[in-house]
Amino acid sequence: MAGITFDAVGKIYGGETRAIADVSIDIADGEFVVLVGPSGCGKSTLLRMVAGLEDITEGKILIGDRVVNDVAPKDRDIAMVFQNYALYPHMTVRDNMAFGLKLRKTPKKEIEERVGEAARILEITDYLDRKPKALSGGQRQRVAMGRAIVREPAAFLMDEPLSNLDAKLRVQMRSELGLLHSRLGTTTLYVTHDQVEAMTMGDRVAVLKAISDTESNLQQIASPRELYDHPRNLFVAGFIGSPAMNFVYATVGADGTATTLDFGGHSLAVGSGALPDGLERSEREIVVGVRPEAFEIRSAAGAGGSAMTVTASLVEQLGSEAYVHFAVPVRPVVTADIEALLAEEGTDASALGDETKFTARVNPDHAPRVGQSAELVVDTTKLHFFDPETGDAL
Amino acid sequence: MTEDQDSIRKASRRREGRSRTVQRPRRPPAFIAIPATIGLALFALPVLGLLGRAPWSRLATLLGSDLALEALRLSAISSVSAAVISLLLGVPVAWTLCRYDFPGRSLLRGLVLLPMVLPPVVGGAALLFALGRRGLVGSPLYEATGLVLPFSTGGVILAGVFVAMPLMVLTVEGGLRSLDQRFERAAETLGAGRWTVLRRVTIPMIAPSVVAGIALTWARALGEFGATLTFAGNLQGRTQTLPLAVFVALESDRDAALALSLVMVIVSLAVLVALRDHWWRSR
Ligand SMILES: Nc1ncnc2c1ncn2[C@@H]1O[C@H](COP(=O)(O)OP(=O)(O)O)[C@@H](O)[C@H]1O
Ligand SMILES: [Mg+2]
Repeated sequence: MAGITFDAVGKIYGGETRAIADVSIDIADGEFVVLVGPSGCGKSTLLRMVAGLEDITEGKILIGDRVVNDVAPKDRDIAMVFQNYALYPHMTVRDNMAFGLKLRKTPKKEIEERVGEAARILEITDYLDRKPKALSGGQRQRVAMGRAIVREPAAFLMDEPLSNLDAKLRVQMRSELGLLHSRLGTTTLYVTHDQVEAMTMGDRVAVLKAISDTESNLQQIASPRELYDHPRNLFVAGFIGSPAMNFVYATVGADGTATTLDFGGHSLAVGSGALPDGLERSEREIVVGVRPEAFEIRSAAGAGGSAMTVTASLVEQLGSEAYVHFAVPVRPVVTADIEALLAEEGTDASALGDETKFTARVNPDHAPRVGQSAELVVDTTKLHFFDPETGDAL
Repeated sequence: MTEDQDSIRKASRRREGRSRTVQRPRRPPAFIAIPATIGLALFALPVLGLLGRAPWSRLATLLGSDLALEALRLSAISSVSAAVISLLLGVPVAWTLCRYDFPGRSLLRGLVLLPMVLPPVVGGAALLFALGRRGLVGSPLYEATGLVLPFSTGGVILAGVFVAMPLMVLTVEGGLRSLDQRFERAAETLGAGRWTVLRRVTIPMIAPSVVAGIALTWARALGEFGATLTFAGNLQGRTQTLPLAVFVALESDRDAALALSLVMVIVSLAVLVALRDHWWRSR
C-alpha cells in the first residue's frame, strides 16, 4: 500500500485547453480522500492522471515515494473503478474479476481463492458464472469493485462509482464501501459530484472548482467537519451543505457597546469576539453566511439572543423539520464563486432577482404558515464572514 | 438458508433473467406487414424461380462437368483468399480511420468506400490501368519480377479484394466506433499492456463485427462479376469463376447455368444464415 501525492500538478488538454492548475494534495497511506466539485471541475482528469490514462502536463504525481509521471498504467499498481463499470461483456463475472490476476500470472489456485474471497465479501458468489449482461446495476457495481479488490493494489481510484445506481441502492453501497475501506485499509481516491456522498465517505474531502485563469482548482481540503464549520471561501461554503448556506451583504455597525450586523432593516447584535479581528465597528460591508440551522423560531428557541422578524414566503414541512423561506430587501450576493455555483444549477445571477432569499431550518412544531410573520432567533456564534471582493473567509 | 427459501430465490432470479430478454410480438401491424411482405417477396421470388426450374434429376451430371468443377474450385479459392486478404488489410485500415486523427482522413474514407458505388466494370478497368502489364504499377512490377496480374487467378483475387474490402472496413470501423474506450482503459489499469489489451479486450469485443465483415466480404467476392471479367478475363480453369461460368453457360447450356446458380444460392444462403444466427442474434 502507498499514499498518493500531487505536487503542483497541472493539465493542459491538446496543448491549449487548461483543465487543471497547481493542485497539490498529500494523501496518506490508507486514507480515504474524496474529490468533490461541480461537473467539469477536473475531478476525473486528476484521477485519470494518477491512473496514467492522461499524461501529466505540469508537476509530479507520486504513488508511495515513486514518481509515476512516466510509468505505464499497467505498472502503477492501482485499481480503478469506472462510473459505467467497464465490465467485459464477453467474460463471466469470475473471469472479469480474475482478469488482472491472470495478467500477473498469479497461480490458478490463488486466483480462485482471491476471487472467491472477494465474491464472498461482496455477496456475489451466486453470480460468478454469469455474464455481466445478466446482472442488475447494483450487482455489476459489486463486480467492478471485486475486480479492483482482488488485485490488492496500492490504491483504489473510483470515478463516480455509485452515480448509475438509484438513490436507495446508492445509500446502501455508500456504507458498504465505507465498511470495505475500514476492512481493507487501502488508500482510496474517490471522485463524486455529490457533496453528501463526499461528506459521508471521506476521511478528508477536497473541494475543486473549474479552472479560472491559472488559479488552482483546489479550493480546500479538510475533514468533512472542518469543511462544514470553517469553509475557506464562498465557493466551499455554498457548495457544502444542503440546503445551502445563506449569504447576505451586511454592514458592521454598533449599537451602544454591542457590535451589530445590519442588513435590509434587520440588525443582529453579535457578542464580542464573534467577529474576526479588525472588523468590529469598522462600518465595512462584508458578506455574512448563515447556515439554515442557525435559525430557530422564537417560540422554540426561548428568550434571549438576536432575532429578526420575517414573513414566510414558502414553508416546506417535512415532519422531522421545516424549511421556512423568506426574503430580505438587500441586493443578492453575487461574486465569481456564487456565479460558479449558480452555473452548476443551470442558472445565473439574473435568477436571483433583486432581493436576498433565505432558507431557515426550524422546529416543525413551531413553523409559521405561508404569509405569516415569524420571529427568527439567529445563533450568532455560528456565523461566517467573507470578503465581498475576494470571497475569502475573513 | 433453508432449501425452500433457496429455491424461491432461484426461481425469482430465473424470472428476473427472463424478463430481461424482451418478449417480441409475433406479428407486425398491417401498414408494416404489407410493404414488408412485398419487399421480402422481391427477395424470395427469384430464388423460388430458380428452385422451380432447376434440373434436379441431372444435377449431379451437370455439376460434374469440367466447366462446373473448375469454376467451383476457382470460386472457392478466390473468394476465400479475397476474404482473408480483406481481413488482414481491412482491419488495420478500419483501425486507422477510426482511432487516429490526421489530415485527409475523410478523403481516405471516401476513397475506401468508392468501390462500393463504382460500377464493377469501371473498377476492373481502373485496376487494369494501374496493375496491367503496361499499367502505372504493373509495368515496373512486371519488369522487376515478371509477375502479370491480369488474366491470372491472382487477378481474380485482387478484383475480389477491391470490390469486397470496403465492406470489411465499414463493419469493423462501426464495431470499433461503438466500443467504449473505457473498456480498454480499464484493462490498462488492471495491468494489461498494449498487446494484451488488443488480444484480450479489443479483438474479442469487436469480434462480432469482424465476423460479419468476413461473411460480407466473402459473399461479395463470391458473387463478383464485372471487375473480374474486365481485369482477369474469362479463362476456364484460370479466371472463370462461378458467376462467369453461369454467364457463359446461359448462352450454351441453360441447365448447366441453373445448376451452377443453384449451388451459389444454397452455399451463400447457408453461410449467411449460420453466421447471422451465431453472431448477430445475440447483439
Ligand atoms: N479529452 C479532453 N480533451 C479536452 N478537454 C477535456 C478532455 N477531458 C476533459 N476535458 C475538459 O477538462 C475539464 C475537466 O473535465 P473532467 O476532469 O472530466 O471534469 P469532471 O470529472 O470534474 O466533471 C472540462 O472542462 C472538460 O471539458
Ligand atoms: Mg468526471
